[in-house]
Amino acid sequence: MPTPVPEQLSSTIETLYRAESGRVLATLARLLGDLDLAEEAMQEAFAAALESWPRTGVPEKPRPWLISTARFKAIDRIRRRAHFDRTQRDFALYMEARINQAALEDEEIEDDRLRLIFTCCHPVLPPEGQVALTLREICGLTTEEIARAFLVTPATLAQRIVRAKAVIRDRVIPYQVPSSQELSARLGNVLLVVYLIFNEGYSAETTGAELSREAIRLGRLVLDLLPEPEVMGLLGLMLLQESGRAARTSSDGNLILLEQQDRSLWSRDQIAEGISLTENALRSRRFGAYTLQAAIAAVHVESSSTASTDWRQITLLYDQLLRIQPSPVVELNLAVAVAMCEGPEHGLALINDLLAREQLSHYHLAHSARADLCRRLGQIPEARASYEKALALVSQEPERRFLARRLAELK
Amino acid sequence: MKYICLGYIKPGTFEGMTEDERHAVLDECFEHNDHLRTNGHLVAELPLQPPETALTLYWKDGKVATTDGPYAETKEQLGGIQILEARDLNHAIQLVSQLPGFKYGLGPIEIRPTLDLNEMLKASEQRRRKSTAQ
Repeated sequence: MPTPVPEQLSSTIETLYRAESGRVLATLARLLGDLDLAEEAMQEAFAAALESWPRTGVPEKPRPWLISTARFKAIDRIRRRAHFDRTQRDFALYMEARINQAALEDEEIEDDRLRLIFTCCHPVLPPEGQVALTLREICGLTTEEIARAFLVTPATLAQRIVRAKAVIRDRVIPYQVPSSQELSARLGNVLLVVYLIFNEGYSAETTGAELSREAIRLGRLVLDLLPEPEVMGLLGLMLLQESGRAARTSSDGNLILLEQQDRSLWSRDQIAEGISLTENALRSRRFGAYTLQAAIAAVHVESSSTASTDWRQITLLYDQLLRIQPSPVVELNLAVAVAMCEGPEHGLALINDLLAREQLSHYHLAHSARADLCRRLGQIPEARASYEKALALVSQEPERRFLARRLAELK
Repeated sequence: MKYICLGYIKPGTFEGMTEDERHAVLDECFEHNDHLRTNGHLVAELPLQPPETALTLYWKDGKVATTDGPYAETKEQLGGIQILEARDLNHAIQLVSQLPGFKYGLGPIEIRPTLDLNEMLKASEQRRRKSTAQ
């Protein structure tokens, strides 16, 4: 009979799993060159911990214990496979030698995590597969937890992971940090995955906070491993956006606009850290679109009200953003900022222009921004028509309620 | 978390093998089960006798009615059940993909997460207590 696991120890092991499984798995993936085998060996190492730690106590350094146990488990598994399949014998000998000679210095182990991040966020994988794989293999979330956050069934999510892993295997995607020529583009993809996770958490009503926290944690990890200005910019942006979470929604789940938010509910710590990261990124002069968006968010949170916001500064930043990342959504934001500093009629002209190009005609925020400017200019029938168009396109429930309220308030 | 794995098998698959082949599959399966058990993944295993030993019960017009054979007539029949302990669904998928019988092509395996009835049980106990108190 196995010794029963005391509750305290089992919660220690669970905490350890959250903290260390990413590192242990990444190192095993490098050693074994096979994510499935690495995962299995890691699970067996944690199972071995549950079995032996009640008797021996928790080792002083759990991580090396886990890695070394997992190595033995992997060798054992490869040997057993070779026992039944003669064609695997040479492979087993090769793997044993490779596992025994592998470098296990701390520095190497830290790099392993970066290697695995680049594998999970490899652009040949489907984007939803990259997101699912990153949350499971890097953040240590379970399939069921990720499925709950994305409102899909565990079976759907499990298949995304199975397919993504099959692509890694079939395309022989290596576990390595890209070369310096490739690094910038590949890092861009990693940051995109992190920001996708964050945005999913930003808009989702119930499961949002958890995903945003996970994205911020991931941002910190990438920054630790690769201190590039755009990583700082992205982490700054996420912290600044997250700082308003408590003020953004009312107790009955309704959306509260920036100008009506209770600014005392903003998280001062997140704002301070977000601003300092953004400033560092800007100083590097090698920043990109995330840093500029963070700078815009910083101007917003630094002002005490909408009226005292430095809208001139915001239009300049949007202008710069538009130059490095042209997009109709950025144009729309620029139009709103122009409306704030030069008057609604100037902003409205820009939005009308954008809608005439039909690029944003299916984007509810373009119509709601237009409606708002028309309302301020006293063009009530125009405002009504635009609110109605926005309502027909909106999908998130709090936003829908907000627009319906605005429409009802029109005289 | 516990997952129930329903292993299906095409009738006649085992009978169609030579004795050596059958021994090889069985030896590998049993050894693999030992391995799963050592690692705490195999909670229980229940192999089933062949489908012709099955008897299905129905409730019909207030009485029990019976028929020979399994409830669902399909090409593949339930051959055995394993209860696996796994961290999550993808871990269960991985454990099942390694099963030797599965790799020998005995048949498909359905994975079903077990349902936690604790909340429902508590609610039901409360209802029953209330009705006895009245």
